[in-house]
Amino acid sequence: MTIARTALRRTLAVAATAALAVGALAACATDSGSSAGTGTDLDAALEAGGKLTYWSWTPSAEAQVAAFEKAYPKVDVELVNAGTNTEEYTKLQNAIKAGSGAPDVVQIEYYAMPQFALSDALVDLGEYGLDSLEDDYAASTWGSVNIDGKLVGLPQDSGPMAMFYNKAVFDQFGIAVPTTWDEYIAAAKQLHAADPTKYITSDTGDAGFATSMIWQAGGRPFGIDGTDISVNLADEGTQKWTGVWNQLVEGDLLATTPGWSDEWFKGLADGSIATLPIGAWMPGVLESSVADASGDWRVAPMPTYDGTPVTSENGGGGQSVTKQSKNPALAAAFLRWLNNDPASIEVFLESGGFPSTTADLEDPDFKAFESEYFGGQKINEVLTQASKDVAPGWSYLPYQVFANSIFGDTVGQSYINKADLNEGLADWQSQLVEYGNKQGFSVSE
Amino acid sequence: MTSTATRALTTPTPRRRGIHPDAVRTSTSRRRRSSREPRKSIAFTLLMSILVSYSLVPILWLVINATKTQSGLFTSFGLWFDDEFVLLQNIWETLTYRDGIFVRWLGNTLLYVVLGAGGATLLATLAGYGLAKFRFAGRRAVFAVVLGAIAVPGTALAVPTFLMFSQLGLTNTPWAIIIPSLISPFGLYLIWVYAVDSVPTEVLEAARMDGAGEFRTFFTISIRLLAPGIVTVLLFTVVATWNNYFLPLIMLSDPTWYPLTVGLNQWNAQATGAAAQPIYNLVITGSLLTIIPIVVAFLGLQRFWQSGLSAGSVKQ
Repeated sequence: MTIARTALRRTLAVAATAALAVGALAACATDSGSSAGTGTDLDAALEAGGKLTYWSWTPSAEAQVAAFEKAYPKVDVELVNAGTNTEEYTKLQNAIKAGSGAPDVVQIEYYAMPQFALSDALVDLGEYGLDSLEDDYAASTWGSVNIDGKLVGLPQDSGPMAMFYNKAVFDQFGIAVPTTWDEYIAAAKQLHAADPTKYITSDTGDAGFATSMIWQAGGRPFGIDGTDISVNLADEGTQKWTGVWNQLVEGDLLATTPGWSDEWFKGLADGSIATLPIGAWMPGVLESSVADASGDWRVAPMPTYDGTPVTSENGGGGQSVTKQSKNPALAAAFLRWLNNDPASIEVFLESGGFPSTTADLEDPDFKAFESEYFGGQKINEVLTQASKDVAPGWSYLPYQVFANSIFGDTVGQSYINKADLNEGLADWQSQLVEYGNKQGFSVSE
Repeated sequence: MTSTATRALTTPTPRRRGIHPDAVRTSTSRRRRSSREPRKSIAFTLLMSILVSYSLVPILWLVINATKTQSGLFTSFGLWFDDEFVLLQNIWETLTYRDGIFVRWLGNTLLYVVLGAGGATLLATLAGYGLAKFRFAGRRAVFAVVLGAIAVPGTALAVPTFLMFSQLGLTNTPWAIIIPSLISPFGLYLIWVYAVDSVPTEVLEAARMDGAGEFRTFFTISIRLLAPGIVTVLLFTVVATWNNYFLPLIMLSDPTWYPLTVGLNQWNAQATGAAAQPIYNLVITGSLLTIIPIVVAFLGLQRFWQSGLSAGSVKQ
């Protein structure tokens, strides 16, 4: 099942990125000469009204659209769930390639944004004056939607990484909560030795996780400068991460439960997966989907390499306006409301999302919130601090969706064979270089 | 499935009573053989048991787990029941989740199957019969094209088909699923091969001699003789359309036109990433509901698989 799914994802990604390449090259020639707009244009567009299509799979989208239509009765927004992440990207890519069928506003995760930005599929929101909103967003998320000098989206949620841990398990075996990666390894060994059914965490090779971990360790394997790309998955930071993670992989200290499977949720509920280094959006998921473990979980800052608190973004994304939109001003106005209006953000927060807006991140009430699920812990104090500690300077590849789809075939092999991750990363790198060159980029190692 | 189909087509079981001495001979020789007690092979029995459990255990798992709650799935053993038995509740929730989108998907799937698979069978029958029984210029060329078409996997054609349909403005409509489903090169080939042997040219000549037109001959005589072949093709196309995943995945972005396969996968994907909302219990119950019609169709149609319908109609 997993293998079949991976194979399918890969096929999809190949199809999508094949379409992308043609699009990228063709797009260079056709620069849409749309006139620059401003904030007042957007207000006028809202006043005039019209129809919009919005693709999103977020659970809060429905309520947000309803609230928007109530506030602006002249605007009719059709919400379509065109699939979750890669599925939606395939459809979007196909629609871009076909020249029609794309929505006006679309949800895109940060890691996939460069792919659509560089194929010139997204409207530069700077044209509508939305670049003036910079101060409203956490720096880490603002950086993710600014690609090649263009504002290609507005951030919605964010996922600064933190370490979620099952306190009940740590207490049961008298293990101290790790603050450095060395302590983390020691805890992994101690826990698995005390109870062989329990593991410090589960990881079967997940590209999103690995890239975030490399980001935290200081690695910057991907560089983009126009169509010039560099891939170096053996830089110092990356090796720092593999130095730690190899000990877990080679030492057989990781649960081999694929993330997001029913077994994985089961492991989170029964304590066999003791920690989760993951994005700050996780509490909502735990609360709604692992309700049985209420009271067991806590959150702590990510373990560090040298004591300096530093973290990275894991998951999260925003919304963009596509160039196919027939009414980009209205689309941009909807987007501004969606990711900047307090009424919309309130709906988003209620659904358990973690914000990217500084006003909410710094809101004393937000920080002081005591989560019942987390045994009364003020989790947002930890998570908002993490948001400030995100290391700058990271970028994803302009074909990251494809890259992630072949992660399992390359780095995943190291996981399966319990072997050196660096070998898998080298394999990943060579395939990424080859693929990028074929797509018309000039890739250096 | 394939093995049953092939067996039904290749080993004619003479069901018609005493028409031809051949049939009688076959049945007596068979009786003689069975009286000799065929040797039992432990190895084959073992292999069969493994294959049977390989096919049945997943279905058993599906049935058992469709009776559990979302949290029960995580806390109980996979191949046995949980304390709570909520099958009916799960079915109700599946049918009503998000304003009953599952029922809509079921209706879509039925639409695609009736028009797509039904149309594919009709076209394959007409074309296969025509190619088998009429001589005309370019027959060999058609043969080559059909064989070539069988060799190209549908997945490889999905993206080009998408782009073509997009030009025609048909993506995101039911036609994007129905029209490609109408083409079944394999079905055509099967009918062709089947018609060569099962519709004796002599019978057609006799019909023509008696003054029947080609269409009348086809609809009154040939179609009956071809029935086992048609049912086989119908089953194949029904199963293929029912299970069609990749094409609708690419063609459709609006969930209101999804078939069950893509819809269920969307539910499954809901458990991933930020703001995950796992509804595995509904995915499992939905999958169970999805396979029921296809199982019923299979059991219902397989009794039509009879070969040798025309045995003895002409002296050869």
